[in-house]
Parts: sequence; structure tokens; C-alpha cells
Amino acid sequence: MFQETALSGQITFFQKLRSLDYILLFCLLILGLISSLSMYSTEGGEVLYHTKSHVIRFIVFFSMMLIFSFVNLKLWHSIGYIFYFVVLCLLIWASLYGVKASGSQRWVDLYFINLQPSELMKVAIIMCFAKFYHRTQIHLVNSFKNIIVPMVVLIVPILLVVSQPDLGTSILIGLSGLVVLWLSGVNAKYFIYSSLILLISLPFVISFLKPYQKLRILTFFNPDRDPLGAGYQIIQSKIAVGSGGLSGKGFLKGTQSYLDFLPEKHTDFIFTLFSEEHGFIGSVLLLFLYAIIIYRTAKIGASARSFFGKLFCYGFASSIFIYVTVNMSMVLGLLPIVGSPLPIMSYGGSSMLATMIGFSVVMSTKIYQKQIIA
Amino acid sequence: MISGGSDTSYRKQSVVGRRMFILSAAKLVVFGGIIAQLFSLQINQNKKYLTLSDKNRLREWKLPPIRGDFQDFFGNTIAGNLKVYQLHIIPEQVENFNNLIIRVKDILELDQNTFSKIIKKKNSQKPWETLIISENLSWDQFVKINFYLHELSGVKPVLSVARSYPYNENYTHLLGYVAQASQKDLTNNDEIKKKHVPGLRVGKIGLERSLENDLIGMNGVQRYEVNAYGKRINQIDHIEGQKGKSIRLTVDTKIQQKCNELLKDRAGSISVMDIYTGDILAMHSSPSFDPNLFLYGISYENWEAIRNNPKKPLINRSITGLYPPGSTIKPIVALSALENNIISPNFKVNCSGKIEMYGQTYNCWKKEGHGVVNLRDALKVSCDTYFYEMSRRLGVDRLNETAKKFGLGNKVFNDIFNEEKVGLVPSTEWKKNALGRGWVLGETLITGIGQGYIQTTPLQLCLMTAQLANGGFKINPKVIVNKDDLTFEEIKFKMSENLEKKIQGPDFDNALVDLGTSSSKEDNLFNPLFRNQENVKFVLEAMFASTNEVRGTSYSSRIEDKKYQFAGKTGTSQVKRITEAQRELDLDISQIPYEDRDHALYIAFGPYKNPRYAMSIFIEHGGSGGSTAAPMAKKLFKVVIDQHEEREKFKQKNINFVA
Repeated sequence: MFQETALSGQITFFQKLRSLDYILLFCLLILGLISSLSMYSTEGGEVLYHTKSHVIRFIVFFSMMLIFSFVNLKLWHSIGYIFYFVVLCLLIWASLYGVKASGSQRWVDLYFINLQPSELMKVAIIMCFAKFYHRTQIHLVNSFKNIIVPMVVLIVPILLVVSQPDLGTSILIGLSGLVVLWLSGVNAKYFIYSSLILLISLPFVISFLKPYQKLRILTFFNPDRDPLGAGYQIIQSKIAVGSGGLSGKGFLKGTQSYLDFLPEKHTDFIFTLFSEEHGFIGSVLLLFLYAIIIYRTAKIGASARSFFGKLFCYGFASSIFIYVTVNMSMVLGLLPIVGSPLPIMSYGGSSMLATMIGFSVVMSTKIYQKQIIA
Repeated sequence: MISGGSDTSYRKQSVVGRRMFILSAAKLVVFGGIIAQLFSLQINQNKKYLTLSDKNRLREWKLPPIRGDFQDFFGNTIAGNLKVYQLHIIPEQVENFNNLIIRVKDILELDQNTFSKIIKKKNSQKPWETLIISENLSWDQFVKINFYLHELSGVKPVLSVARSYPYNENYTHLLGYVAQASQKDLTNNDEIKKKHVPGLRVGKIGLERSLENDLIGMNGVQRYEVNAYGKRINQIDHIEGQKGKSIRLTVDTKIQQKCNELLKDRAGSISVMDIYTGDILAMHSSPSFDPNLFLYGISYENWEAIRNNPKKPLINRSITGLYPPGSTIKPIVALSALENNIISPNFKVNCSGKIEMYGQTYNCWKKEGHGVVNLRDALKVSCDTYFYEMSRRLGVDRLNETAKKFGLGNKVFNDIFNEEKVGLVPSTEWKKNALGRGWVLGETLITGIGQGYIQTTPLQLCLMTAQLANGGFKINPKVIVNKDDLTFEEIKFKMSENLEKKIQGPDFDNALVDLGTSSSKEDNLFNPLFRNQENVKFVLEAMFASTNEVRGTSYSSRIEDKKYQFAGKTGTSQVKRITEAQRELDLDISQIPYEDRDHALYIAFGPYKNPRYAMSIFIEHGGSGGSTAAPMAKKLFKVVIDQHEEREKFKQKNINFVA
């Protein structure tokens, strides 16, 4: 106990500043720049509403992330559960009094911002589990109680998000949670059994899906089933990506995008636009950029002494990986279309906020990497 | 506690490290998969998706093709394209459409009817589609619009082309007219379907229709980039269209106009043909109408006026009008009798004005009779009694053979006019097949004077006359000038060559037997249609007498000047059976109701010394051929012969001129 304080007391502001992960910060800035330029391209080479607010959000949240990086990791640890419960309350609030838009009720009106709590839940669940397993001894991880409690903690927000309805985000929350459970040592057999159960129960789950969700799954397996209806998005997305070729059509020259053939080009399909304009080379480089970010995040986790910090970094790195994979697979026609943004690239304040909160904790772990949390 | 803690902590750390390692390996594999998919889409299938992307964004707009011209023999345009001033508005580009359209309405002085039509059209199309306010602005309107243009933003005065027929009603039946393509046009003609654009005008009838595929031309193409909603964003490409083929016809506008003038206010038809080349110099059907009326959709009043005209302007009488030829058939009857050695030219009949045969009375047109007449006289005075007797001996089947050989009962053009009628030359076999009854001998008699079942088109009579006048050789009637057309000299040479062959080859007679029924024109072209040319010459001489000798039926219409001198045969065909009582009355033409009046006909060729042209004149319910039709021939021959010199001069100057 004494040691800890002494240790933390020793770190000066400049030491903290020096111990920031500059490669990670640089990568995030580059990603912010790319995303802003892509947003500019979605608006046909004009700085309009989306570009402006995206740039502002990035600057605001990035600065916020820098400031929050200096927050002691202990504080993050201590608010782990509270954060989860606040977001859970916001989710309940959203499903009761939320703002409705395009058929789903996902947003909470906070006067200065329309917040999407489900996006925050993606981070909150990782923080919550990191704290939970930080405090759980390894031989108790697979005890009955320690399996049931996290399951409940995970399933409640998933159900809330599914009922919004927002299948994509709920899947991402579920995957983020599961990945932390996996990392923290939950017996592999549970994963195998539950996957089997899921597989068997899949037909029943599908029967509970909303008609448009069923349609999306059917369309995924055969987009030509309804090329102007449900299959339209995926067909147009593949055309855009495929026509990009090796080096792309050039910045601001993506015809699929500026002639409006591409749906949701600001949000879920931003990668399609990028890929159409910058081709295979650009796409691989962007993927590489994400890989560096994921790697740096995981590396911070590896060098963290506290289990909370380590688990959070590993969990968050894996989540970023999952978001990127799900989004890209979706627009490339490898997965059915479910709403899932590409971190930082996609337009959306809540997603950006959640991501930046995550990186704040990651940076804090870096600064306080030697810190041990009881 | 501390040591225990650090132990679990160590174990925890190692578990999470191991699992993270597994996860990282999985991540690499998954990223590899994404890269593989990117490679597959962007590198392997790039071409496919590039095509699909272009298909998405590029739209082609076909421009209306420019129609080929029709020219007369001298190369004057008789159906061309006129520059027209149109007014277009693209509603989307207009700030306040309603204000603008009312302003335009005031400037152009549009009536309420047209105005509401425009509004209706506007509502039925997309806002970025061009709205045509007027297809044909007058020059005054065009000037006015341009004057106010600065305050009419969004209004575009456009120069376009439209079909025009500079000679108005003169060529209507020959050329036909164009109008907007109908669904039927699209299904019947693939070429139209391929080149169709909204508002395309296609030939509806006549040569405009039958030569559609040559005239139509090639569409120009404008390629635009469009957005997902189909709106044009910018023009990528413009391919010029190609004007359709210009077609030069054999017709002579001066002669055609003369025909129109002669037939003014009458129902009838005049055709003029070169007796060697078969060139149609004129072919006019009256009454006619102005085909320009059909261009922008004919107005109700105009259409009603044309449709309800009792003289039926829509009918092309020259090739679709079927009439009994009356006495104009007599040269063929005489020729047939001579060719079949039924009579000699010296055969005489005493005409007392009527003849009793098979218990029925057959009247000659001249009540008091012609007295004793031989064949030459019979043709000259058109004695019916003589022809009754001659036909009785000849029989209808032999007459049928000769008549068909010379062009009656067959289409004159093989395929140019699909409305052309075949006509009818009766035979015993025909009657048995068509009516199921046996031939009655009395019917032969009236067939011999061109009444009864026999029906011919005016153009068939013209061809018949031409083939007699050229000495009895088969010719190829045509309206279109071709590069490889034989000249007059070449044809003359061929004819004499064929005559030579006929005289030398004994089998030639037999080969000729099925000539009339042979469908292939080319095979027998310029071959003799006779057995003995003396017979043809005899008939021609008798026709000369009919026009140029006293007592001839068209003597009063003769021209003595050798240059213009022509020979002809009158015809007056009955429309209704005349009762004895009516015959006694001997009514003046003005006392008979129009529909009951006789048709007046005249066939002629000239100049007599060296014939070059044949004509047939037909006046529906015109009275007698001698008094109505023949005088027209006199006036027309002057023009035809004068134009002959012009045509020869033109040919000299433009040896290879086609179009």
C-alpha cells in the first residue's frame, strides 16, 4: 500500500507526458485525418455539415482523451462498475424516453448531444469485466457464481440494445464481453458448449427476428435475390469496392459515392467509399493502420502490471479488432449487413466518444503501467 | 495474502497472456481473410465491377435520327428536313414554373387548349426531362421569345429539324407522310424499334413507309453520367448520328404539278411513264391533301375535313383504286384477237347500235350505230358492237392471257407499295374458283368492252399502254433511280436483240406462254410480249387514228405538231347498269347524280413518230373519256415532251448522278 503511493508520487507530469504512447497517438491522428478527408469526400468535396461536425468531434474527443489519459488508472478501476451502471441506466432511459429515428429508439437527448448509450456500453462492458476479473482469483473464475454474474451483466444490456432494435451494436457488445471473458480464463468448454447451443437454437432465434433482419440474413446469402431492395446495399458496396481496383478511382472521384449509389456512406459504408477512391493499396494501408493501433494497444496491455489495465487493454484491442473486422467483412460481403460503425472513421459522436474513452484508459494504463491496483 | 495474491496474479497474468496470444494469431488470420477478399474484389474481379459501376453511372440518350431526303429526277428535294424553331423548358431548372409558363403563354399567345395540354405533359414527366412547349414556333414567335429571353430564365429556344414536303399536296400519295411512331410501327419494324426515341416520326404510308429502313438514318448518342436517381450530372460523350439515305425518284416535279393542276377539284388519277425505262414521271391521285399537316399531329378540324371529303383524299387511286377500264381495254382485246388469229384486220361487223345475243340486247355507246366497221375503225370510233362480236369469238380466257401479259391483273410494283391492289382480269377458271359458278358467255361480251368483272388500277392501264407503245416489250416500272439502271439506248438495244432471238428461235413462242403468270419480273424483262409484232403495230396505228383522224373518239384533243403528236384511246366506264328507260332519256351529265356518273378514262402514248411516254388519265365520275379525260392528255403532253428535253439535258450533265 505504501509502496504504491510512493511509486505514484514519484511520477512527475513530464514523466507522464514522456511515457505517453506517441506511436499510438500518431496513428489515431492519422486515422482522424483520413476519416475527415473521407467525410469531405462523402459530401462531394465540400465542407458541409458532416465534415464539420466530424472534425470538431474528433478534435474535441481526441483532446478529451489526452486529458483523461492523465487520470490515474486507479480511478478508472474504481469507476468500472459505476460507469457500467450509468450506461445501463442510460440504456433503460433510451428505451423508455429515447429519441426515435428511422425506426429505432437508440438515442438519449442530453441537450448538447444526442448520446447513443449502446455505443458507450461497448467500452463500459470491457471496463466492468476488467474490474470484475481483476478482483476474482484465478481458481474462482470458473465457479458457478462467477460464470452466472458476468453472463447476466452481459445479457441485460444486450437485450436492451436488441429491443431498440439495434442488432449490430448488441452483437458487438456481446462479442466485446465474450472476448474479455475468454481472456480472463473462462473455461474454453463453456465457449464451445454455448456456441453449440447457439447453433442449435439459431432457427428459434431467427424466428424471433424482425422481418427486416431476417431479410438481411437471407440477402446476405444471396444478394441478387432482391437487387433493388434488401440486396441493394451490399451489391452497390461490392461494386464500389471492386471498381476501385489496385489504386482506386482517386480522391473525390468515387463515382458510386458521389452519384449516390452508395448507401449510408457517412457511417457504416465509409470504408467502401475509402476503398473505391484509394483502391486495394489504400485499403490494405488503412487495415495496416488499424493493425498498428490494435498492436500498440495490446502492447500497452502486455507491459501493464495491474490486471485491470492489462485486461482492459487486451479487451479493448480485441474489441477494436472486432469492430473493424465486422464492419469491413460486412461491406465486403463476408457478413450480413448489421449496423456497425468503423471506429473513428464512421460518422457518429457516441461511437467516437466511446472509442476515445477506451483510448484514455489505454493511455492511462501506459502512464501508470507500473502501478499495482489492489 | 500478499504472496497468495501475487501467485494468483501471476497465474492470471499467464492465462491472459496465453489467451491473448491465441487471439492475436486468430486476428492475423482474420485480417488476412479481409485482405484476401479485398484482393478478390479489387484485383481479380476489378473488370467485372468496373463494368457494373459504369453501367450504374452511365446512361445513353439516343437522339432522333435525321431522315433521308426524297429528291425528284432533277435532284430537287421533294421531302426534306426543315429547320424548325422549338421551345424547350426543363422544369427542374426553373425557379417558379407556374409564373414562367404563364408568361410564355402570353408571349406566344397560346390558346387555353394548348396550354392545358402542356401542363398535362409537364405533370406526366420527370422534372429534369425536357418539356417541349412548342414543336414549331413561327419566326415571329421565335423572335419574340428571344427578345424576352433575359426575363425567361430556364426557357430554351432550340433549333431542330422536322419533315417537310415543299410541294405540299403534289406528292402526297406517292411519298406518303410521316407521323409519330405508333406501337404498331414498333412491333412491325425492328429497325424502328431499335432507333426509336420519343417523338420519332416514321413513314405511315407510301414510299415514306416502304423505304423506312433506308430513310431512317442512325441515331446520334449522348452519353451522360447520372446519379442513383437517374438525374443527368454531366455529358461524357456525344456521337454524331447519320442522316438516312437520300433517295432520288424518277418523278418530274413539273409534270407532277401539271397533273395536280389538271385534276384540281376532281377525283381521279394521272400516271405518266417512260415506255422504255419504266420510269414513273408522275403519279398523282386527286383529291390530295397536305402531308405537312400530319407532322405535329393533325388538328381535329383538318382531319375531319380530309376524312369526310366525299371524294376521299386518303385513297391513292393510282394504285389502289379499282375501276372497270371501259373502252381503254379495247387495244388489248383487239391485240388478243389478232395474236390468236381469231379475226383478220379486215373482219367487218355491221353496227346498228345494238346487238341481240343469247336472248339479251347489248348496246353500242352510239345509239344510231356505226354502220359497217373493220377493226381499225372499230378501235378508232370505239364501236362496242364490233367488240362484242370479236370477244365472243375470242373467248375470255384468251383475252385474260393477253391482258395479264401486258400488265393488267398484276401488281405494277412488286413490293414498293404494300397497299397496291392487284386488280382483276376474269377468266372461266377464276369465276369457278371465286364465285363457284360457271362462266356465262354474255359476260365475255361485256368484258370485251372493259365492263363487268374486270377491274384495273389507273397505273396498270398506264403500264399496259407503255408496253404496247414500246412495240410490245416487257418493261420494269420504277420510281427510284438506281446507279445501275439501264439507259434508254441500252434498253432499246436489248429489246431489238430479244426480238432478233425470237425471230430466230422457234421455241420462243412456247416460252412466252406462261409469261403473264410468271412472278419474276426480271426474267422476262425487255422480252417481246407478242407473237407477231405486226399485230402490236396495227393496234398502235388504230390508236393513232382514234386521236388524229376525223371521227376518232379523241379527235378534238389531238395535237398536230409532230413533236407533241400523240395517240390514245378513250374509255367511259359505267358505274351502274343503265336501264332501257334511262338510255332513252339520254341525260346530260349534269342531270345525273355524281355517284352514278360514268368514269372517264384516257390512255395515250407519244410522240407518235418515236414514242417515249405513256400516260393514263382517270377521272372518277368524270363523264365521257373523250370529253373529260382526253383534253387533259393534250395539255399534259405539251409539258411531258418539253420536260423530255430538260431531262435529256440533265442526264447529259449528270451521267452518274443518283442522289
